[in-house]
Amino acid sequence: MNSPMLKIENLVMRFGGVVACNDFTAEIKEGQIVGLIGPNGAGKTTIFNVVTGVYKPTAGQILFSPNGIEQHQLTGLSPDKIAKLGVCRTFQNIRLFGELTVLENVFIGNHLRVKSDVFSTVLRLPHYVAEEKRLYEKSLYLLEKIGLQDTKDEKASSLPYGMQRRLEIARALATDPRLLLLDEPAAGMNPQETRELIEFIREIKDEFDLTIFLIEHHMEVIMEISEKIYVLDHGVLIAQGNPSEIQRNEKVVEAYLGVG
Amino acid sequence: MREKNKRHVTLLILALTILGLFLANRFLDPYKVRVINLSGIYVTLGLSMNLINGMTGMFSLGHAGFMAVGAYTVGILTMPITMKEMNFFMQPIVPFLANVEWGFLPALIAAGLISALLGVLIGAPVLRLTDDYLAIATLGFAEIIRVVFTNTQSLTNGALGLKGIPNYTNTWWSWGVALVTIWFISYLMRGTYGKAFLAVREDEVAARAMGINLFKHKVMSFAFGCFFAGVAGGLMAGLLGTIDPNMFRITLTFNILLIVVLGGLGKIGGTIIAAVIVTAGMETLRFLDESMDLGFVQIKGIPGMRMVVFSIILIVAVILREKGLLRRPKGREFTYVKN
Amino acid sequence: MGDVSIFLQHLTNGVSLGSLYALIAIGYTMVYGILRLINFAHGDIFMLGVYLTYYGVTYTSLPWWLVFILAPLLTGFIGILLERVAYKPLRGSARITILISAIGASFLLQNLGIVIFGGRPRAFPVPQMLNHVIRLGGVSINVVTFIIPAVTIVLLLGLTYFTTKTKTGLAMRALSKDYETASLMGIDINKIISITFLMGSFLAAIGGILWGSRYPQLMPLMGSMPGLKSFIAAVVGGIGNITGAVVGGFILGLGEIMLVAFLPRLSGYRDAFAFVLLIIILLVKPSGLMGDNVTEKV
Repeated sequence: MNSPMLKIENLVMRFGGVVACNDFTAEIKEGQIVGLIGPNGAGKTTIFNVVTGVYKPTAGQILFSPNGIEQHQLTGLSPDKIAKLGVCRTFQNIRLFGELTVLENVFIGNHLRVKSDVFSTVLRLPHYVAEEKRLYEKSLYLLEKIGLQDTKDEKASSLPYGMQRRLEIARALATDPRLLLLDEPAAGMNPQETRELIEFIREIKDEFDLTIFLIEHHMEVIMEISEKIYVLDHGVLIAQGNPSEIQRNEKVVEAYLGVG
Repeated sequence: MREKNKRHVTLLILALTILGLFLANRFLDPYKVRVINLSGIYVTLGLSMNLINGMTGMFSLGHAGFMAVGAYTVGILTMPITMKEMNFFMQPIVPFLANVEWGFLPALIAAGLISALLGVLIGAPVLRLTDDYLAIATLGFAEIIRVVFTNTQSLTNGALGLKGIPNYTNTWWSWGVALVTIWFISYLMRGTYGKAFLAVREDEVAARAMGINLFKHKVMSFAFGCFFAGVAGGLMAGLLGTIDPNMFRITLTFNILLIVVLGGLGKIGGTIIAAVIVTAGMETLRFLDESMDLGFVQIKGIPGMRMVVFSIILIVAVILREKGLLRRPKGREFTYVKN
Repeated sequence: MGDVSIFLQHLTNGVSLGSLYALIAIGYTMVYGILRLINFAHGDIFMLGVYLTYYGVTYTSLPWWLVFILAPLLTGFIGILLERVAYKPLRGSARITILISAIGASFLLQNLGIVIFGGRPRAFPVPQMLNHVIRLGGVSINVVTFIIPAVTIVLLLGLTYFTTKTKTGLAMRALSKDYETASLMGIDINKIISITFLMGSFLAAIGGILWGSRYPQLMPLMGSMPGLKSFIAAVVGGIGNITGAVVGGFILGLGEIMLVAFLPRLSGYRDAFAFVLLIIILLVKPSGLMGDNVTEKV
């Protein structure tokens, strides 16, 4: 059997005395959409931050296998190296390159795949010009995919909130990820937009052959598209299973209703 | 179609610049030619600082130090051997430099490369600092360079400075280098590396998440900036003929900073215009410091007045810019071609 | 015997210079704590303090001790004015913007100094009482060398009392801990910031007077180096932390004096010492000796 795409083992993350995540273990197989839920402050984003290298975990390990054969230890790698291996993410509190245009935002996502060196870009050597042209076409295609082709020359920060969220996804897609981490992609969206988002996530998953790890508060999103769900409360894993199992799990209901 | 138009405009500006320099050399008095030279050098300086501070978002105040490195490199390498003996009368120059006499171009390139190398050495440890910490650390390095140059008698002639550096710098050199700098930085910023610099400026966390190696790109941008600062320092040495460590005080960095602020952080065109205006303006304001004889009446100049005006402009420019008075109404609305 | 007394002389010199750095560093650290701004003009405020004292003593008939109190107060108000003109309009702007304005303000003060006071150095009128040499053991030490640390300690005790016991002092600390929350709690931010500038500038001017009594040559650019070094002292100690500023000041003062005393070959590098120390600290412990480590929230 192939090794899973992402394997998180006994992960612990402490900030001083605060334990943000304690002994978390999870597994994501290639081609799956896996959800991560939990009340506010449960440590969901912390797990994303550890997986993408923003924080170094206190203990535990994270193994990433882009093709089922080779395995990479992600703990201790810098965020850019992790992105290069094929793990990319979006941010809960949108982090676009605000002063740059929509197109530039997506174009920058391509940078880690650029093979030309800096001097060929300045001299605009033919091989670079060809590469750049291809990357611009790819960026435009991605913009079309998210329906932002008409705003390509506008400042990213001038877009409405929902569009900014979609732009973050397009920017992440430009890095050619194998595993995409979405941090609350539906936050602030109305039911109509949320429906579209669900369709969109399915679509990109198929087209770009992605595996998706997703944090979301909109239960209908999570329940509809996840094959598997992990539930976190106060940094501890309290349940895992498929959507119907999770909906019936008493601990989960308690955590959300705040019994105690 | 628009690409082609742009190219035509560029060629036209280039032709006009060359014509202008030719006419200036022909008809203007040496003082005015000197101002034109200085403007060219400040264009290079402004752009190189804007690359580091405006485009990559690293607040560096080390420019004077890197200029000093470039100026001394050119000074030592181009100075005739006999002149060196006269300069270094307190303590002879180190033997391996005593019999060196290079041409201006190789000396300028060496000035740039040595500055860039020093930039990498200094940048590697300090560029991970942010904002004010980086500012104060780079400012510190510039001061250290100055102190070192004051004390290394056998290499730099210490506080006495260097006199009799050949005056190679003319308008062709100063503006030639400025044009190369403009070309290099515009093309750099057009490509993916330049865009990556902008990404680092906008949001370091997001840039890293997109696979941009912060360290590599920061050091790269810093090294390019230092290269041009070094070359400009070399041009300055070739223009003035005399240099000493005290020329390269923090004040010099602040002059360039004014150009960058007035021209706009991250803006190439604005920086070029600001460099010319500030340089010419500073020369014009010189009357504030010096006594003037208007024939019938003598006006006494007040030393320091020029810098007072200068600093008021700096503060007012920053505040107005922040209040939006100097800001253009959204850059892109100026495009009249709609496709 | 001789070695010990020479060492003691260097020690007192170092402590005295360190106290001066500490007094100036406090102003940097207090402003930085609240506004996250390097007040580049602080060193020039220090210079203004010295000049105001000089004019007060030389051109008025006021007794010198009164001038020594009035001039720092006046300097304090200039500090407030500086904040209102150069920093307040930019509150909430990017750090780089405010820093550029601070650089401009520093320049302005220096050059106004040249225009108004003239570029020619002047001699500081050191009162007789402070300026006599006493002999201790084998060494002769100027009495001002002892007065400087003493005044510094008294002022520090006062400042500690102020920041821990008074309502304004507590508000100041609240602002520097958490600007947003504190501003929601009904603290009058403008007032607190003005008081911070008043106190910082007052202390800098006192530092200036003591500096003038120790090194009695006045120049309009005299504030720039001590200013930079004191800022470094504040960073070394952990910026935003008053105790840290004092510790940093002493480290810097003692370090400089000892470098010149025991490695005379390197005395030309005296001015570089502070910067080398700064860079080492920034690389090893960027938050300074007594600062807290903070992680950026993503």
